Amino acid sequence: MDLILNRYRNLTTLVAAILVQLVLLAYQVKSNQEVRLIRVWSVSAVTPLARMLESGRSSTVNFFKDYFVLLDVREQNKRLQADLNRIQLENQYLRSELDTSERGRALSVFQEQSRMKTVAARIIGNSPGSNGRVVLIDRGTGSGIQPGMAVITPDGIVGKIVSSYPTASNLLLITDPSFAAGVISQKNRVHGTLKGTGNSRLLVDYVQNEQTVEVGEWFYTAGDDRIFPKGLPAGTVTASGPGRTVKEIFLSPSGLQHGLEDVLVILEGDHKPIPELPVPNQSVHLQPLPPAEGDPADGLSATRSRGAQTDLDREVERARRIGEDQKHVFGERGRGAPDFNKIPDNRVPDPGARPQAPQPSPPSANQPRP
Amino acid sequence: MSDIPAQFSEPPRRSSVSKFKWIAIIGIPLAAILFQVYVPRFFTYLAYLEMPLLVTVYFSLMRRSPPAGVLFGMCIGLAQDSLSSHPLGMFGIVKTLVGYFAASVSQRFEANSAVLRLVLAFFFFFFHQFFYWVLARALLGEAISFEPIQTLVLAVLNAAVAVPLFHILDKLRVTE
Repeated sequence: MDLILNRYRNLTTLVAAILVQLVLLAYQVKSNQEVRLIRVWSVSAVTPLARMLESGRSSTVNFFKDYFVLLDVREQNKRLQADLNRIQLENQYLRSELDTSERGRALSVFQEQSRMKTVAARIIGNSPGSNGRVVLIDRGTGSGIQPGMAVITPDGIVGKIVSSYPTASNLLLITDPSFAAGVISQKNRVHGTLKGTGNSRLLVDYVQNEQTVEVGEWFYTAGDDRIFPKGLPAGTVTASGPGRTVKEIFLSPSGLQHGLEDVLVILEGDHKPIPELPVPNQSVHLQPLPPAEGDPADGLSATRSRGAQTDLDREVERARRIGEDQKHVFGERGRGAPDFNKIPDNRVPDPGARPQAPQPSPPSANQPRP
Repeated sequence: MSDIPAQFSEPPRRSSVSKFKWIAIIGIPLAAILFQVYVPRFFTYLAYLEMPLLVTVYFSLMRRSPPAGVLFGMCIGLAQDSLSSHPLGMFGIVKTLVGYFAASVSQRFEANSAVLRLVLAFFFFFFHQFFYWVLARALLGEAISFEPIQTLVLAVLNAAVAVPLFHILDKLRVTE
């Protein structure tokens, strides 16, 4: 046996190494548990170096930007950007508050509602391998971060924590094919499951073909996945069409539009209602006022006084002129009807002509119809 | 048999085994992993540069020992796995095989040849990507895509980077 092992020493080493890793892999897949110790070692080894690199890079870049290019403008820009992010969050919160108050539930919900408790984190690295959409953030269990927590920016949702270590955490982005979250559309209240596609677009799955989703419509988190609080923006619809079994809806993620550098991890969520659509500012057609009661000339005189506005008004006016030309009294018993083929000679400008844009020479629309 | 010239009847003469300081053996793979974790944040196109794989190939070639190649590949692969969201062992198994085969090849051929390094880096990148795809589908049931043309192009790019990189790493060898 020893002779065989010595003779095939290289092959034995290879088989042993592969077997050990296969067993490790099988254990993780079967028990759905990870080998935490090895991951903690690796992350602990890489995180300080990544932090050093990041701080060195940012210090160098900031030095050149601050002192040679923009002096203190960059500092001011950072402050304003921070203010803007805070105001966007406040604005979003206040909008939902306003919406709630309009529904008459302001007081009770206000007592129950509280702002989300979040912790800010910075992205310090990408996941190895080109297939995954996982990034490393510089906050871990030491900051209270646990796997499953939602991650957002002021613009929308970003992803969720898949694993956390003492000094860092892995953040699964919403563009990863294994990501899923419950969402609801703003206008038609269509429920679906948001999924990553591996590229910059997101897919909303399990929406029936009969349901209506419009391009440009917003999708918000539905809160039913127990990860993302209800009412956070997910993205806008860029394409929507019927599929073979369910509707094919693609979103542009709102949380990733301005790049990813700083994110907020939600420690304690705060469900909010889906914002209502603003009332569109569209023109409304109003009919003219009806004639006053008791007016002897009733509708006809009203039409004369106001001028014909519809085809029917013009026909009434034409009949009236033909009647006057033939000395016919409408409504008199035994007189029959006037000859409508005789066109009156004294053609007067049609008071009921369609209103036209001012033109130097009036078109034939000013003539009565034959 | 006696008529066969000596250069054909015997395997090529093995070059001496290259040795490195411990700091280089630990630091270079760590730097390669750090490169893949950190640099693509700012230069997205560099995400396709498999520095841990190139380092595995280099050390395996230079040590000329399959067990050492297996160990290098396994350690670098497992470290790479532990920073990803996949189960541990996916990169580990693939890089273990790469380390073994690279060390086996170096026992038969001259590992200092730039042409051989270019060809091996090209071949092992393609092998690495293909075998990873096979493992992900077979063991994890993941429906990830594999595009041969794109992989071949990336293999060429990695091979082009491997030659100057290996030349730089040669400077870190301990001269006997």
